[in-house]
Amino acid sequence: MRDTPLSNCERLFLLQAIQEKKRLDGRQTYDYRNIKILFGTDYGCCIVELGKTRVLCQVSCELVPPKDSRPTEGILYFNLELSPMASPAFESNRQSELLVMLNRQLERCLRNSKCIDTESLCVISGEKVWQIRVDVHVLNHDGNLMDAASIAAISALSHFRRPDVAIQGREVTVFSPEERDPIPLSIYHMPICVSFAFFLQGSYLLVDPCEREERVKDGLLVIAMNKHREICSIQSSGGIMLLKDQVKPVEMLLLVEGEHENHSSERIKPFPVLLCFSSFVLMQRKEGGKFGFAESLPIERITALKRDEAPVEMADVKDTAEEIINRTESSTEVYPPGLKTRERSAASPVLVATGTAQVGEGIVNSWGLEEDEDDEVIIEDKGGGTYNHNCICK
Amino acid sequence: MAITELSALLKGMAGLELLSEQGYRLDGRKAGELRKLQARMSVFAQADGSAYLEQGNTKVLAVVYGPHETRGSRAKSLHDRAVINCQFSMATFSTAERKRRPHGDRKSSEMSLHLKQTFEAAVLTQLYPRSQIDIYVKILQADGSNYSACVNAATLALVDAGIPLRDYVCACTAGFVEDTALADLCHVEESGGGTALALALLPCSGNIALVQMDSRLHQDHLDKLMEAAAKACQDLSKVLDGVVRRHLEEVSDLTKH
Repeated sequence: MRDTPLSNCERLFLLQAIQEKKRLDGRQTYDYRNIKILFGTDYGCCIVELGKTRVLCQVSCELVPPKDSRPTEGILYFNLELSPMASPAFESNRQSELLVMLNRQLERCLRNSKCIDTESLCVISGEKVWQIRVDVHVLNHDGNLMDAASIAAISALSHFRRPDVAIQGREVTVFSPEERDPIPLSIYHMPICVSFAFFLQGSYLLVDPCEREERVKDGLLVIAMNKHREICSIQSSGGIMLLKDQVKPVEMLLLVEGEHENHSSERIKPFPVLLCFSSFVLMQRKEGGKFGFAESLPIERITALKRDEAPVEMADVKDTAEEIINRTESSTEVYPPGLKTRERSAASPVLVATGTAQVGEGIVNSWGLEEDEDDEVIIEDKGGGTYNHNCICK
Repeated sequence: MAITELSALLKGMAGLELLSEQGYRLDGRKAGELRKLQARMSVFAQADGSAYLEQGNTKVLAVVYGPHETRGSRAKSLHDRAVINCQFSMATFSTAERKRRPHGDRKSSEMSLHLKQTFEAAVLTQLYPRSQIDIYVKILQADGSNYSACVNAATLALVDAGIPLRDYVCACTAGFVEDTALADLCHVEESGGGTALALALLPCSGNIALVQMDSRLHQDHLDKLMEAAAKACQDLSKVLDGVVRRHLEEVSDLTKH
């Protein structure tokens, strides 16, 4: 399905707003949207929300024979998918330009920068190595997929634990998570991509463009950096004409951005956050709590992944039920006998005003009583349930 | 810091020094020297424009068809400018190991995309609405700086086809070893684990059409690297200009008699 084209007046409005240094959601030029990182109950499952852009990443591993040219190294495989669920502009055909660009940038950012120690993934040199597969799915497209995907991928990789192996001669035993604790991957550094969008022939630049801003951009510059002020990858696309002095201030910003992301309390704090969440998930598994994808859908709070069962008083259920029923029955005899006979005999309409007639007088409003009854009945039915009444998705 | 350790490791392991103490690289060049560039234009009679370029051992063939009517779906044509269609492929015999998939894999698609974007910025597409310009690039021998050689060859092919350009598009790679920037990397230097920055430049205005870098580099070194790459591109533009003028002389000589 083709996406609705952007109207000219909307385009002009956006460009003019950018010229006046205003953005649609009121951010400043160099402001990021709120980033939320949520981990699922499986190892290696991570959901990142960058404003309204939502990206899900899952890491899995498998024992495979290694590549011929690199017999002692493990294999890292990245796969990003754009499903039509994310945006009507995405079609199921594979080779769209955006898909190629995102995939390659993800590969470059994470594989070429050597952030993961692939030598440690080798089990038997030349025969068996671990293949780590990173699958990123875009759930909702509201601009800046690259940043969200890179954050999701690196968070999921940090969260992931691979099974422990024991080698005896040529025999390889893979232990399940119950037998031996799984081992985390050895990650040297965490590269994160930051996107800069250029407008009006490179004269204006915005950080973290939203979907509307992306439509009117001239070009994009993606820079991946890590905490140690090292640039892991630079990629410009869109055929914009940059000047050398434009690239320089961009990376000064990046430095600020990187520090911001690491130290500011509203933004992500990769290391402490990941440690906290991964240990939490470990606890959950041990206690035999429910796990799986359905449980991992965020309910806006990480503590909501496991709920305590709420105790309900069940002792005098029968008595309260009878009481309620009696009360309801009495309410049907609320109107005085006089009124009743009048209604029964005179079922003819009474003219109130021209064009308006009334049949009968109606009974006394007993809504207040009925509401209380309904609530009490529901609580008793779901005595041991673990549902909550909040919205699951926002 | 990490790069010096890596090159020290390389030195220990394979005895290969990317930059010796006297300042010579593996093939005897100095740090800022480009490889020998040879090019010929109008190598094919059938195509509107064609060029063959050799940059050291990297050999590239570029062919341009156009501007012509949009082939395929009408939906692809733009009402106010020309569409540039690029296809990048490597011959199966171009690399040390035989390449399984010459085109259609991710890396080739990405290269095609980058080439397309680079030339969309450089070609005056407004002059040819509702038409299409095809650029086909094939690498016959890959010895580093693949993308740069493709861009240079495609520029020459476009000039040969007579398509108006804003300026020559010159591309070059630059690397960084032990605080020195190297220009025009060969395959060994690129895959040696050091940094490689590819830059496509329009020399007269200094506008950057594309910048691409993989592998880690400390932020402080970026300036030096960009400078080295920009300078290499400027030098390259002079060579390309010389090639075009020589070709024109030859052609005008032929037509005179």
